[in-house]
Amino acid sequence: MNSGASSVRTQVLLWGAQRVSAALLALCVVVHLITIIYAVRNGLSAAEILGRTRGSFAWGAFYALFVAAVAVHAPIGMRNIFAEMGLRGRGVDMLLVVLAVLLALWGLRAVWAVVG
Amino acid sequence: MVFSAKPPRLRASAVKGLTFMTTLKVKIWRGTESGQFQTYDVPRLESQTVLDVVTYVQRRLDPSLAYRFACRVGVCGSCAMTVNGVSRWTCRTHVDKVAAGDTLEIAPLRNLPVIRDLATDMTEFFDKWAKARGRFTGAHTRKDDFATVKPESKERKRVDAGIECIGCGVCYSACEVVTWKPDYLGPAALNRAWTLANDVRDVAQQERLAAVAGDAGCHACHTHLNCTERCPKGISPTAGIAGLKRLVLKAAMKGEL
Ligand code: SF4
Ligand code: SF4
Ligand code: FES
Repeated sequence: MNSGASSVRTQVLLWGAQRVSAALLALCVVVHLITIIYAVRNGLSAAEILGRTRGSFAWGAFYALFVAAVAVHAPIGMRNIFAEMGLRGRGVDMLLVVLAVLLALWGLRAVWAVVG
Repeated sequence: MVFSAKPPRLRASAVKGLTFMTTLKVKIWRGTESGQFQTYDVPRLESQTVLDVVTYVQRRLDPSLAYRFACRVGVCGSCAMTVNGVSRWTCRTHVDKVAAGDTLEIAPLRNLPVIRDLATDMTEFFDKWAKARGRFTGAHTRKDDFATVKPESKERKRVDAGIECIGCGVCYSACEVVTWKPDYLGPAALNRAWTLANDVRDVAQQERLAAVAGDAGCHACHTHLNCTERCPKGISPTAGIAGLKRLVLKAAMKGEL
């Protein structure tokens, strides 16, 4: 069913991306929570945390993946919500692409702050 | 139609050793999209169905009441209404099961334009079956032999699970995504498409998957199971829709969409 701006194939691939990013988010959130609990329980200071993350490829890659999942998942979810509120079409899609880019930039900036 | 002059056999309820006959207070929607509920007193009978109540009102109290029914035995799918807020087939719904005390509220199905009173316009509902390619497309001619479909095959079992749909519109009325997204094909049309997607004789599979895919098709479903909970035939359109999503994703990855 084509409803205006995007092709059926794009709509289906967006749905697939939503599913895959949801699965990644489930995993990332769990790892992130365990990390927080570990840091708090062991009373790690900000300096000690940065000492472990700075220059770490593994932490950088993990949080970059987390950010990518958010940047994909959130705008597609917003797109669905907007569509059910009666807001759809190319204008909305463009806005959501901007949102995706902003989320990615904000997130990556934060990742850089801890691993860079 | 001839009615007996005798009053109908009334239900006797026993309360604290006393027996008395009860009267149902029935609120029925009158009007079109705009209108109001009107209250009628209807004697409560044993084994009375909601359709019996509506029929009593129309035949005895107010002949101008518009409603729809045909078979009275759960086959034709024409008698569905909203009873105390829930979409139901009224000919197979006993008053005892749904009345809140002695009150009933009967309204037309949701998500469909109201023609008058309890009769909705089902055009859009059935047009969506056509849009979902709910029509069988075979390749055999009369010269070919019968196709053999094994009853125990996976596909045939899936078809069996969804094929008894009577087109009553209960699921469509219960689906909130239809309310939010009026162009959503809805559970019944997608269930129909799913039964055909599993029909090994059908040769229009690719077109059908393209027709049911995307924002107004199976991908709009939230899997919140209202349709499955309400379907009087025990069908799970939700399961069929999930199956369509899988088939469509496979087709999209193969570039067949
Ligand atoms: S499961 Fe899907 S089709 Fe069924 S009521 Fe929910 S959204 Fe509608
Ligand atoms: S799937 Fe069930 S509720 Fe929906 S139209 Fe068919 S019989 Fe009625
Ligand atoms: S009157 Fe036919 S299903 Fe109810």
